[in-house]
Amino acid sequence: MQIPIETETLANGLRVTYSEDHVAPLVAVNLWYHVGSANEREGRTGFAHLFEHMLFQGSANVEANEHFELVQRAGGTLNGSTWLDRTNYFETVPSNQLALALWLEADRMGSLLPAMTQQKLDTQRDVVKNERRWSVDNQPYGTWWERLPALTFPPTHPYHHSLIGSMEHLSEASLEDVAEFFATWYTPDNAVLTIAGDFDPIEARALVREYFGAIPRNPSPPGRPDFAVPARFDHTMREVVDDDVQLPRAIVAMRIPPAGSEAWYAASVAGAVLGMRKGSRLYRKLVREQQIGADASAYTFDLTKGADLLVVDVTANGDVTSDRLEDAVHTELDVFARDGVSDPEVARALALIETDFVSSLQSAQDRADTLSKYATYFGDPALVNEQPSRYQRVTAAEVTAFAKEWCTRDNRATLLYVPRVAAVEAAA
Amino acid sequence: MTALDMSVRPTPGAPRDYAFPKFSSATLPNGLRVVVAPVRKLPLLTVLALVDAGSVADPVGQEGVAQLTASLLTEGTGNLTGAALAELVELMGSTLDAGADWDSSVVKLTTLSSRLPDAITLLARVLTEPALPDDEFQRLRTERLADLLQQRSEPRSLADEAFAQSIYAPGARYAKPDGGTEHSVKGLTLDAVKAFYAQRYSPYATTVVLVGDVSIDEGIAMVSRVLGSWTGTKPPASARPDTSLVAPRGIHIVRKADAPQSELRVGHAGPPRLTPDYFPLVLCNAILGGLFSSRLNLNLREEHAYTYGAHSGVDWRRWAGPFSMDAAVQSDVTAAAVREILNEFDRIRAEPVKPEELSLAISYMDGVFPIRFETTRAIASALASQAIYELPADYYDTYRANIRAVTADEILSVAQKYFDPAKLQVVAVGDPSVISDPLAALGIGDVTVTDAADTLGT
Repeated sequence: MQIPIETETLANGLRVTYSEDHVAPLVAVNLWYHVGSANEREGRTGFAHLFEHMLFQGSANVEANEHFELVQRAGGTLNGSTWLDRTNYFETVPSNQLALALWLEADRMGSLLPAMTQQKLDTQRDVVKNERRWSVDNQPYGTWWERLPALTFPPTHPYHHSLIGSMEHLSEASLEDVAEFFATWYTPDNAVLTIAGDFDPIEARALVREYFGAIPRNPSPPGRPDFAVPARFDHTMREVVDDDVQLPRAIVAMRIPPAGSEAWYAASVAGAVLGMRKGSRLYRKLVREQQIGADASAYTFDLTKGADLLVVDVTANGDVTSDRLEDAVHTELDVFARDGVSDPEVARALALIETDFVSSLQSAQDRADTLSKYATYFGDPALVNEQPSRYQRVTAAEVTAFAKEWCTRDNRATLLYVPRVAAVEAAA
Repeated sequence: MTALDMSVRPTPGAPRDYAFPKFSSATLPNGLRVVVAPVRKLPLLTVLALVDAGSVADPVGQEGVAQLTASLLTEGTGNLTGAALAELVELMGSTLDAGADWDSSVVKLTTLSSRLPDAITLLARVLTEPALPDDEFQRLRTERLADLLQQRSEPRSLADEAFAQSIYAPGARYAKPDGGTEHSVKGLTLDAVKAFYAQRYSPYATTVVLVGDVSIDEGIAMVSRVLGSWTGTKPPASARPDTSLVAPRGIHIVRKADAPQSELRVGHAGPPRLTPDYFPLVLCNAILGGLFSSRLNLNLREEHAYTYGAHSGVDWRRWAGPFSMDAAVQSDVTAAAVREILNEFDRIRAEPVKPEELSLAISYMDGVFPIRFETTRAIASALASQAIYELPADYYDTYRANIRAVTADEILSVAQKYFDPAKLQVVAVGDPSVISDPLAALGIGDVTVTDAADTLGT
């Protein structure tokens, strides 16, 4: 199974990937800007994500809210998302509507600012504050995804601060910030465009040139922050969080080589051995046998710059205390770091990874997003076709070597959620 | 390159035809139905074994037994323990899960087609010869209780459960969680599970759906090989749940001290899935709160910024499931947000939707149809709905024409027929000290305050 891939780079630096198939009469348009919360300036946490909201507020030739309406009226789906180091925007439309999706993306890349107003910014600021309340503040364990990067990357590191942002910083964001961020980061030379699905390649290339070709590149590309960190934590880290939850949860992160690097594949397989589905080590030991956990999983964060994280996530079962939970998780990781893995464990992990890979090829938008990812992070979308064979080369010996080197106690950071209610009852 | 006038909007080319995947059905001599849809672009398959044994079939006092029975299926068969079975399945790169919703229990298999013969053999074994071991039963029951405990701090599921309690008569099956309450789950026994299995699991009550890299003949032959010798009698029909509406309307606060937002549910029981008014209702809901550009979302999010998102929907079930309008709103605007929700509810009943609203909803639902069926899982799920609700054989082939045929008058008519302001219940999971008085001041009903434990306990 090879995804068909054609690439070109426009004179303004926009890199474009075309992946043609005609299984269904639909086409995915997917645009990655290589900017995320890591690129926010001091005092503006959450701005990259707030800015993503502003991109749906119209542009020179598109009214507020019209972006959503035009795509939906065309029979398409759309959204955007912000991550630590990238922001993506995407539409899936009936194939005869490709031009509309490209025109909408080009109009906001080329001329967003004429449509920006203080009122739109104020509204989206309040919407984002409500998104924060909904996904972080009023959600059990909801703070974990800002606490974990804060715990595992030093205060000066670009991954350290909150992606969704603080209420205070969101309040301070101004239209001047919008203009500056747009001029700095939302330029064709900082973007990757992928078109996947049912399209005519000659027509698609003509449309891309027509709509995006005249957008100027950034005359003075910005500097990138320094993502370098020591390869390992080299000391144990721990944070206890009293939260409005009923069951303790232990989230243990290990610092590992950056995603996509040669050494990382063994880490990715180690994550699957530990915590992918019910046949995994942690599920078998902690959920099924010891019944300490109600659920257990492990996965890599897939950070490609500086260092990645291997994360183990176990929620306590019934009346298991946070101490017992934490101890059991670390004990299993000790065994993992001491004894490594067996051949069948790796065979199971590789088989599941292969099926997931094939499954992920089904949707045109998933294919487009994966191609944009490899183009943005590694400069080569065709790397996606090498992933199955790259994984198959991982051996049990390599995973064992990874476990021994990277999963020791001095390379673990623990975020432990403790029920606030229980703390009060214990005190009474 | 000539300068392009970006103010000129592109016009679409001619649309390409699309057809829902062809499928074929057969009934084996033992009563089991098979539906096969060949989709051969990738070497992958989704297999669903659907049993007419959903939570609605739970005996009174044993709420949760359908879900627990389904979950226990994959915890061992013959000499394979649950752990050994999971390992065997996953060594093939396959996944085998089981669960139950209101209308059916289902065993789901995802597998590469090269592994189909072995994987579907295991699916058949867990379906027809489950070990139902006591130790795994005890574990799964404890995990369900842990899950219920978790929900006490989870505003969204709390709101859903409190809403179900508020709209259905006390004791009605739909008034309780599909997985059971703390009280009912604690009372479940392995004998109850075995009795439920013996009564409900039968080839006569089962449909197997295969979608993916297989031919129709191969698919039917394979199911016949692994399930053709399963025997059983026709199970009794499930009791029809009590779906009478509760009156009068009221406001129900579930206490969450210091909550920065209120999780809102406003609505009442809706129509059953087989209503003849399904298509006008789907479009009515799309305009009210189904789309991003819906009235509720544009009002509560884009105009007032009360919320990250507002939506509405019918939980389609064989019998009358909930219709609700939902939003999580900043605590200090809770009453104002409820007022706007009620305004939109009144407006959709008062006058026909505008032509541009109708054309947007129709062209979206029509155009997005192929995008909904890119994966074997999505196609299998559509065929499962067709089997569970006994939809016509040409349901998906006529779907888009049915959507396009809906008029503004029909939408007004179903809004007036199925939406009733006098029966609305309002649920807010939030901080009573902030929201109680403003909600009472709306003058739409009495305010009661309960604790999370009461919502999930019985």
